[in-house]
Amino acid sequence: MRLEPVANPSALRRAGLPAAALLATIAVASGLAAVAGADPLATLGLIVKGAVGSKFAALETLNRATPLIFTGLAVAVAFRARLWNIGAEAQLYAGAIVTVLLGTGAVGGPLVLPLMALAAMAAGAVVLLGPVVLKTRFGVDEVVTTLLFNFIMLLFVSYLLEGPLKDPMGMGWPKSAPLAKEARLPRIVDGLRLHWGFALALIAAVAVWVIERRTALGYEMRAVGLNARAARFAGIPVDSVLVKTALLSGGLAALAGFSEVAGLKGHLTLDLSPGFGYTGIIVAMLALLNPLAVVPAALFVAGVFVGADSMSRAAGVPTYIADMLLATSLLFMVLAILLIRFRVVRG
Amino acid sequence: MIDPVVLRLSGITKRFGSLLANAGISLSLHRGEVVALLGENGAGKTTLMNILFGHYVADEGTVEVFGQPLPPGHPRAALAAGVGMVHQHFTLADNLTVLENILLGTAPLWRLSLGRRAARARIEALSRDFGLAVHPDARVGTLSVGERQRVEILKALYRDARILILDEPTAVLTPQETEALFRTLKLAVAKGLSIIFISHKLHEVMGVADRCVVLRHGRVVGEVATAETDRHRLAALMVGEEIMPPAVAPPKPGPVLLRLDRVTTPSQGSATGLRGVSLDLRAGTITGLAGVSGNGQAALSDLVSGLVRPEEGRLELAGAEVVRWTPRTAVASGIARIPEDRHSTGTIADFTLTENAILEGYRSRFAKGGWMDWRAARAFADGIIATYDVRCPGPETRIRLLSGGNMQKLILGRVLEPGPRIILANQPVRGLDIGAITYVHSRLLKARDEGAAVILISEDLDEIMSLSDTVHVMSEGRLSPGFARGTMSQAELGLWMAGHGFADAA
Repeated sequence: MRLEPVANPSALRRAGLPAAALLATIAVASGLAAVAGADPLATLGLIVKGAVGSKFAALETLNRATPLIFTGLAVAVAFRARLWNIGAEAQLYAGAIVTVLLGTGAVGGPLVLPLMALAAMAAGAVVLLGPVVLKTRFGVDEVVTTLLFNFIMLLFVSYLLEGPLKDPMGMGWPKSAPLAKEARLPRIVDGLRLHWGFALALIAAVAVWVIERRTALGYEMRAVGLNARAARFAGIPVDSVLVKTALLSGGLAALAGFSEVAGLKGHLTLDLSPGFGYTGIIVAMLALLNPLAVVPAALFVAGVFVGADSMSRAAGVPTYIADMLLATSLLFMVLAILLIRFRVVRG
Repeated sequence: MIDPVVLRLSGITKRFGSLLANAGISLSLHRGEVVALLGENGAGKTTLMNILFGHYVADEGTVEVFGQPLPPGHPRAALAAGVGMVHQHFTLADNLTVLENILLGTAPLWRLSLGRRAARARIEALSRDFGLAVHPDARVGTLSVGERQRVEILKALYRDARILILDEPTAVLTPQETEALFRTLKLAVAKGLSIIFISHKLHEVMGVADRCVVLRHGRVVGEVATAETDRHRLAALMVGEEIMPPAVAPPKPGPVLLRLDRVTTPSQGSATGLRGVSLDLRAGTITGLAGVSGNGQAALSDLVSGLVRPEEGRLELAGAEVVRWTPRTAVASGIARIPEDRHSTGTIADFTLTENAILEGYRSRFAKGGWMDWRAARAFADGIIATYDVRCPGPETRIRLLSGGNMQKLILGRVLEPGPRIILANQPVRGLDIGAITYVHSRLLKARDEGAAVILISEDLDEIMSLSDTVHVMSEGRLSPGFARGTMSQAELGLWMAGHGFADAA
């Protein structure tokens, strides 16, 4: 068997293969459910119902998608310039720390929310700046440095929550003091559990798309990502473009932390992010690094998580099926993308 | 001709949008025959070969190999029928040995043993029979270009190819390697193989081919036995008119625009740096730098391009020493740079023509306050396509799909349109066909006559001597004195190229 390129993939190929990937994912998920002793069709039905079956479920999915849009954008924008930022998790927590620092009474007034958001972005940007300067100055691989920063940051948060940021009224739990009321992101509609962080995420997706397609910086980022040598020769300051990309990427990831703390949780704990930074890589890859496609990709991933949680309670199938579902969906999607451009031939 | 037809292309037509790449092309190849496929870049040679190999499906027409029609769109079909192709850009894995490269793809996916012993014996036999000397256990990354090409040919022969298609095989070879290749081809033909030889080097075509098929604008415009024609008539067929050597008016030297004053630059890896090079470039002249590749031409090119700064000595632009010398300041100082490698340095393959056209000027001319002006960019690209005759489906095509000559025309347009005062042309016509070469040369001469200072770096002495008002020779990072047009013979320059005559020569 061998792969042969397809010169001009047909519309059927472009649309049919991702659809087939989705069906294959469902087939695998059904098999897993059967192994766990549940009725496959009922299990899938429960996942869908749990993700979008009610107003409550759908809002929960939107809430869960919000940080994933931010981290997905952070990864997509960095990967576009071939900056392998695996550290969105660390940048998310940096944003969360600053949000708590400013939101628990340090500043007040009507501008406290924009101020917190900007400060969070700055913190996330600074966290990614270190690895990028190491890369541009000394050629240190940013995959390693950004990945390791995730662990450093998590331990740092742990220290803060046991020490300086520990809530004196928290009955000894490792959590921060709650944000002041004016430092909380309001709900979009009264009575519905969806906060303005989601709207901010949508705006961010459009903004990143505009930056990539319409600005000189976006042009530079794409040029550096596609061929850094030609970009350098043409006079594009490659190192400076990488630094700017890092600032943008780190800032976007930090907004996930800001939005989770100020919009949803109200305080900082060590389990603020169940791996949103890493899942953002899946989201970005599913979206083929297209900032607008990050939104549906994040909704899909969030839906699977939320739906699987709910299904697990109803059907007694472990929630790990959500991880399996995402992993298989990503693998099948990557395969589908490959098969759009290549066909398998026996011989 | 009594030998049977082994390959027959009948009425092949292929359109890409509004571009007619192949228009009813018919071509037959007999057993034991070498047919040269001639044509400018963009004439449709590559498209035709891609159809033969099933990468494209023809809109009309059929392909027959040994009398059997080939199903369209199945790349394996041509290979299975005994057609082997040697591409201009090799498709070898550097980290594998010659043996492994040849076996790659021949063994079934699900078998553990590669059958190396039998394979080695066969490869050694093929090497012997066809005069393709190369060691089966050598790592491909360590081989010279000529040796890699032999591996490619062995690969095709190992797959029982009876028909060999060679795409510009001599573009990357030294004269000695070319000689060896031709001996191999003669052996192959004597053994009953048939060969299609794609080229634009006419003297080679005359030397090796039995018959020539000339393509222009997607049509067959001529089919002649080489014995019954000559270079001039072939060239005229290719470009559609008689070609004249460039008529060079006497130069009108102006002031010194660029001066190197005892410049030394560090060596980078195996690339020689400059050793105390002094050079004056005057407006209205072409300065040619001859020399064997790797003697500091790359360093000088990098210096003028802004990629490298002098370690010692001064680089002066219009009498003032340069400060903060970068590619961007070089462009801003009015230097047009035509890089040696148009694929990896001059263009970004997955960018469109528009995006490539503005690669140097996007900040200063196609962006306002950080926002791209895509309308202006598109108009600029359209202008280059029209003025420089870039053959392409449109400005939104990815440049990867263009031939080398059309890529070079786009680069030419990109750097010449702003009206540069200094032009650095590093191997500007390497790998191009006659039409494109003539075009590039006429553009450089026109720029000179309009008062630009041109530096021409080339390994082709004929090119250097016919264009340059002053010739320097580079050897081991040193620069010879300048010789005015016509004062030196090829042989005398050859002595300088070998390192004789330099003041500090050992």
